[in-house]
Amino acid sequence: MSLAHMTIAAPDTAKATRAPIRRRVSRAWLGLVVPVTLAVIWEIAVRLGVSDGRLVPPPSVISNTLWELAQSGELWKHTLATVTRVAAGFGLGVVAGTLLGAIAGYSSLSRRLMDPTLQALRSIPSIAWVPLFILWFGIFEESKITLIAVGVFFPVYLGVMGAIMSVDRKIVEVGRVFRLSGPALVRRILLPAVLPSYIVALRSGLGLGWMFVVAAELLGASEGLGFLLIDGQQLGKPAQIVAAIVAFAIIGKTTDWIIATASAPFLRWEDRFSARGEER
Amino acid sequence: MLVLEHVGKTYANGVHALEGVTLNVGLGEIVAIVGGSGCGKSTLLRAISGLDHPTHGRITLDGEKITQPHEKIGIIFQEPRLLPWLTVADNVGFGIAHLPKEERQRRVARVLEKVGLSDKAGVWPRELSGGQAQRVAIARALVPQPEVLLLDEPFSALDAFTRTDLQDHVLALWAEFRPTLIFVTHDVEEAIVMADRIIVMRPHPGRLYEEIAADLPRPRDRQSAAFDFVKRRVLAALDRSLGHTARIDDRQDKAEQGAAMWW
Repeated sequence: MSLAHMTIAAPDTAKATRAPIRRRVSRAWLGLVVPVTLAVIWEIAVRLGVSDGRLVPPPSVISNTLWELAQSGELWKHTLATVTRVAAGFGLGVVAGTLLGAIAGYSSLSRRLMDPTLQALRSIPSIAWVPLFILWFGIFEESKITLIAVGVFFPVYLGVMGAIMSVDRKIVEVGRVFRLSGPALVRRILLPAVLPSYIVALRSGLGLGWMFVVAAELLGASEGLGFLLIDGQQLGKPAQIVAAIVAFAIIGKTTDWIIATASAPFLRWEDRFSARGEER
Repeated sequence: MLVLEHVGKTYANGVHALEGVTLNVGLGEIVAIVGGSGCGKSTLLRAISGLDHPTHGRITLDGEKITQPHEKIGIIFQEPRLLPWLTVADNVGFGIAHLPKEERQRRVARVLEKVGLSDKAGVWPRELSGGQAQRVAIARALVPQPEVLLLDEPFSALDAFTRTDLQDHVLALWAEFRPTLIFVTHDVEEAIVMADRIIVMRPHPGRLYEEIAADLPRPRDRQSAAFDFVKRRVLAALDRSLGHTARIDDRQDKAEQGAAMWW
């Protein structure tokens, strides 16, 4: 970036960040209105004896349960187990999906070779793999991580392939005019061009990763948030189930937010509809 | 010296786009290429740029055969084709990334000043108007200091005021850097304002039809009798070039276009 830009843009950005933060916070609060209202109504209903709250525990009971789980260290142990699985599966799925997606998007020969097979595999409901994975990898971590990786793989693969295939030929030609070599073309034209769709693919991959970790843990685990769910069901502790669900929601949202926030600085150039008014 | 010898192009689908084009263009010359639709103007330009390959004949620049994009040949497209993830300054410096940073910044700043966009160095392409974006594209093509600059209908997407403004910009830049300019246009006046030579092409297949010298003093006065004389000659040549092969859709084209475009 040039020096001229620094001097021109500096006062602008300072102004631009101050106002929207306040606005963004107030917007975030707006999103809490509906769930908080519902929770308060339910709490009141149980307190007034309209319902005994046994099967649908009120917020106070749920937060007590969460608190107890946190106090005893249970919550952290289970969260750590789940997060580790998702991280490993997500990592594997992203690497495989990115590689194969890039190859399939870049070379039409390999796309014609691989894509039909992968599309056929994609149409298999992933839970159907579980028995096979357990036979192959045993009942411990490997089979769970593989299942999560499979879930993450497909959205990433499709996203990367689609993004590369839809890069504007005219933009690629600019790279050719300036005689970029193959690797330079990838680094300076293709990668930045596919980045926005790639982030979307990562986020949907992560969403599926969280979905599949629950499936994997429901089907047999001795720890993990999914184990808390099944444990709560078998011991008749609905509050523990809801507490685990709340934990899933918080962690899932947080990890998604991390990807979105970490990628935002690289996507400032985007000419998005929703970006209007945010920047200026 | 850019030399084209019997250049022809037949596309894989059998379309015969270009045939037997022989042309010499000296350093610093400005050549305009005009002609009806389908007469291979863009094909010719893309072949010179090295983006496409002719199927017959050869193209050489200073004796060197052009088979792929060449560092001495720049091209400006009809659309700016800026990279949206780079700032204006980084877009302009895109083709000289191999140079040291200071040299790069110096050259970018200089060219941006020439196209009157120094104050836009740090903004994203999305914030530019159409004319500004095309000026950035011109700057980007000029920064590596090409010997030959090809322009494929560079101003056709712009309004009349912006177009005139950009013609002046390009001429001013030409006066300073003195590259060879070869540009395709639909606008006869634009061709005469800018070019030393106007080459009329005829379609099916695309061939050179007639060459008209426009040796008027610069800057050129659109109102002068000499300008008008050249314009008449070009228009007459265009009519003849289309007349032999004129098909119904060509005539419809004629009726639909405004007065600024001759057909």
